[in-house]
Amino acid sequence: MTALVRLRHNRVELALHELRRAAGRPLLLLHGLGERSPSAVPPHLAAWPGAVWALDLAGHGDSDVAIGAGYFCEALMGDVDIAIAHLGAVTLYGRGLGAYVGLLAAGGRAEAVRGAILADGPGLAGGGPSPASPAVSTAVGAAPPGGTPDPWAMYELTRDVRPPDYAATFARQASTRSGLDTALAVVGVNRPPWLEAVAQEPGVIEATLPDALALFAPP
Amino acid sequence: MVDSHGLAIAVHEWGDEAAPPILLAHGGFDFAGTFAVFAPMLADAGFRAISWDHRGHGDSQHAALYNWEADLRDAATVFDSISFAPMPVIGHSKGGSLMLQLADALPHRVSHLINLDGLPSRRSFPDVSDHQRTKLMADELTAWLDHRRSLADAQRKPGTIAELAERRSRMNPRLDMDWLRYLVTIGAREDADGWRWKIDPTLRLGGFGPWRPEWSMMRLPDIGVPVLAVLGTEVDPMGWGTAAADVLSHLPPDGRLVMLEGAGHFVHIEKPREVADMVLELLA
Repeated sequence: MTALVRLRHNRVELALHELRRAAGRPLLLLHGLGERSPSAVPPHLAAWPGAVWALDLAGHGDSDVAIGAGYFCEALMGDVDIAIAHLGAVTLYGRGLGAYVGLLAAGGRAEAVRGAILADGPGLAGGGPSPASPAVSTAVGAAPPGGTPDPWAMYELTRDVRPPDYAATFARQASTRSGLDTALAVVGVNRPPWLEAVAQEPGVIEATLPDALALFAPP
Repeated sequence: MVDSHGLAIAVHEWGDEAAPPILLAHGGFDFAGTFAVFAPMLADAGFRAISWDHRGHGDSQHAALYNWEADLRDAATVFDSISFAPMPVIGHSKGGSLMLQLADALPHRVSHLINLDGLPSRRSFPDVSDHQRTKLMADELTAWLDHRRSLADAQRKPGTIAELAERRSRMNPRLDMDWLRYLVTIGAREDADGWRWKIDPTLRLGGFGPWRPEWSMMRLPDIGVPVLAVLGTEVDPMGWGTAAADVLSHLPPDGRLVMLEGAGHFVHIEKPREVADMVLELLA
């Protein structure tokens, strides 16, 4: 059974799930696009020695949908920062969209993110490295029962542009401002252009998941 | 009001409802009421001038989140509420950029494109060293995240009409005080403790993101309908500082650029008659 904490980011109420109660810096899980927080610590993360929490990003899981949409990854970084305000320093584990948002949070709140692990998952590439032909869609499919994942979030967050040099600036923020020798660990197989650029930055390593968990685990 | 995916968007109009429509898009931190002098000139010339308050601005509903795509959808929803026939569009500043992208994405909806200082160009953004950029970015990120943490129940600062006009004049130094005081009476509401701008208090100027100014300018050569671009020659804090050369190199065939002497960013407010005449000439 997991505990649920409700947090507010502007007009969106977020759901933060406690998956494992333990002493020590928490591992905070960020799901992929269209996913939700798992209901238990996944076996591949069981080696983390401390507490484990998972955040439902806006429009996902038990968090609110943004009426009229307008989803963008910097706002989701803000969601993560609201969770950090509640939890204190964390290590991030992000899948897909959560990996990109985790990168932004690691750069944006470098002093409170003690390592971020970037993993494969839905929504990793976003809308690619540069703008596509513009389109204006005024309709998406119906929302599923319960409202999440918000189909507008699924639409917008597969179209947002993720320039490699922009992503790299967040990696640089994370490595220069966190004080960590290694601030980011890329553990996935896929390398969309933004992640390829991030992987080249100082302070970023490519590693296996067990090694990344061991590296960032608090002593 | 029109409903854009659950959000109420306020639509304003001037002129005869049966007249041919022309759509006006305001700039960021403005509202449709800023066309209060310019739009009636188009109405007097036989047009139905229609504008809307962008989400979070003027009388439109405040949203949880704001992005460019959502503003475009709101604009398309306003189009749909008027006519499916192509119509002329005028956009100022952010509204100019929006209408440019809309004309590229939905060319069957636009008959003429008029852009009033809404063409951000690459060279107008200062070059800074990587080291400086990293530092600026750190400050900006921290400030933005701190702002997001502080938003619950945020309100705009109250004041008298004169105080709100004075505050706005810092970003609109070329506009006269009588006009700014008038804007307060339509762009602000009177609460028990004073006047407050209606704009969503969670919105703030500046910020960061992946967006590049050239992503807007790159749309301009695509446009296949008559294009008029107007830039003021005077430097203005809210302006893009766009250079004529940047526009000329991207203008589509038969497109026209007018440099308006003695005007700043708000060309349609500073020189409404001249701009209206240029528009009417294009539409004649």
